[in-house]
Amino acid sequence: MSSTPKIRLRGLTKRFGAKTVLDGVDLDVAAGEGMVVLGGSGSGKSVTIKCILGLITPDAGSIEIDGRDVLAMPRREREALNDRIGMLFQNGALFDSLPVWENVCFKLLAQKRITRAKARDKAAEVLAQVGLAASVGDLSPSELSGGMQKRVGLARAIAAEPEIIFFDEPTTGLDPIMGAVIDGLIVDCVKRLGATAVSITHDMASARRIGDTAAMIHKGRIVWTGPAATLGHSGNAMVDQFANGSREGPITMELRK
Amino acid sequence: MTLILNVLAAIGRGVLGACRVLGAVVLFALEGVSHILRPPFYPRLIGRAFVEIAYFSLPVVALTAVFTGMVLALQSYSGFSRFGAESAIANVVVLSITRELGPVLAGLMVAGRIGAAFAAEIGTMRVTDQIDALTTLSTNPMKYLVAPRLLAGTIAMPLLVVIADILGVMGGWLIGTAQLGFTSASYLTSTLNFLQPMDVISGLVKAAVFGFVITLMGCYSGYTSRGGAQGVGAATTTAVVSSSILILALDYVLTAAFFGS
Repeated sequence: MSSTPKIRLRGLTKRFGAKTVLDGVDLDVAAGEGMVVLGGSGSGKSVTIKCILGLITPDAGSIEIDGRDVLAMPRREREALNDRIGMLFQNGALFDSLPVWENVCFKLLAQKRITRAKARDKAAEVLAQVGLAASVGDLSPSELSGGMQKRVGLARAIAAEPEIIFFDEPTTGLDPIMGAVIDGLIVDCVKRLGATAVSITHDMASARRIGDTAAMIHKGRIVWTGPAATLGHSGNAMVDQFANGSREGPITMELRK
Repeated sequence: MTLILNVLAAIGRGVLGACRVLGAVVLFALEGVSHILRPPFYPRLIGRAFVEIAYFSLPVVALTAVFTGMVLALQSYSGFSRFGAESAIANVVVLSITRELGPVLAGLMVAGRIGAAFAAEIGTMRVTDQIDALTTLSTNPMKYLVAPRLLAGTIAMPLLVVIADILGVMGGWLIGTAQLGFTSASYLTSTLNFLQPMDVISGLVKAAVFGFVITLMGCYSGYTSRGGAQGVGAATTTAVVSSSILILALDYVLTAAFFGS
């Protein structure tokens, strides 16, 4: 493991109108590490990931991947960088106009690393890695259950063998057993690829299963970083309140009564 | 005083908003066109969009054209017979169809079908993160979603209008020969006698522009839609209304450019 972190965020800031969503996020993710970013709804978890992926341009701050500032990169290099990153979206974001096998091999086809003739076999191979039969490849995404869509989304994210994978709330909307199955698949796939994984979640069980390290984001700032195993008894009042789901604590929900 | 200022501020906001949208649409169009010209190309997607626009719009456009030709023949007969100018009917029908009604009516019909369909499809892709997913899968969404549709629309509309022109003249011919006492030969002769190539060509140029505008507004509204089902609904409405108005406005501009002097 080199000393340069795979991903380094410094002072990442983003405002939407008058609302400050990210207020100087600093975060280091070491190569090969499983990082879980925790935080309540609207705390800026998704925006952080979208900034790293280049889907949102931050107002200030720097994003370095392998020690290189991606915000200063020319567009072509940035696109080449995205070739090495995979993403599992919260609701799957599968292309409903394409059959499952084309979804799974979309990136390989886009990069012309594979011919259409071979894509079906490749899709079957990747689908097997997430525990789906090859016959699923011929279905349309709308014919799949939520858990199957998640698994196809995972297959699509890992098919091009990325170095960095982002998971946006991988277990949200699934029953606890399916959630555990997905977590297991994520850990297996990440380990097999030797990839760096960044997951955002508010599911504590999931966070402990897929994370080595955890970071807590609150009101657009990282307030705590530590081993994922200590979640719930970290010594940080905010983190422990979040992990144990208590109403009383330093985090107050902004509700009007 | 404050009332006046409030009114002026409201007008100013509206004007600034309109300018912002206009600028955004123009930039969007330029980016879309630049992607048409640069590889990678997606022939499969161009083909799919072409079939959607040209082939599946044929029934509506054909029916519109036939009935318009029939109505034109009837109306011009009731007007011209007062001056004994019935012989001009075929001429009026063919000029109206090729210069104006073919492209404009076909454009409005396609705007309703295609503008709405593209806005809804791309809008749904936007609100379900599919457009973001394209970016993470090494694919430029403008190139993948917008460029093929713009190209297909610009090519398909003139072809549709050629068919609309022919069917419109046929509608006039049907009424002319069945009801107004023309012989088939005399109707067709007077149709072709006065027809200039420019009449047809100007109509086809209009059609290409309308095809571009319809697909542009459909793609733009969908691409920029926000906020779930309601946002997609609003995008669909915007696409149809804006492309219909643009068709009528550009029709004036193009007519003035072709025949103004």
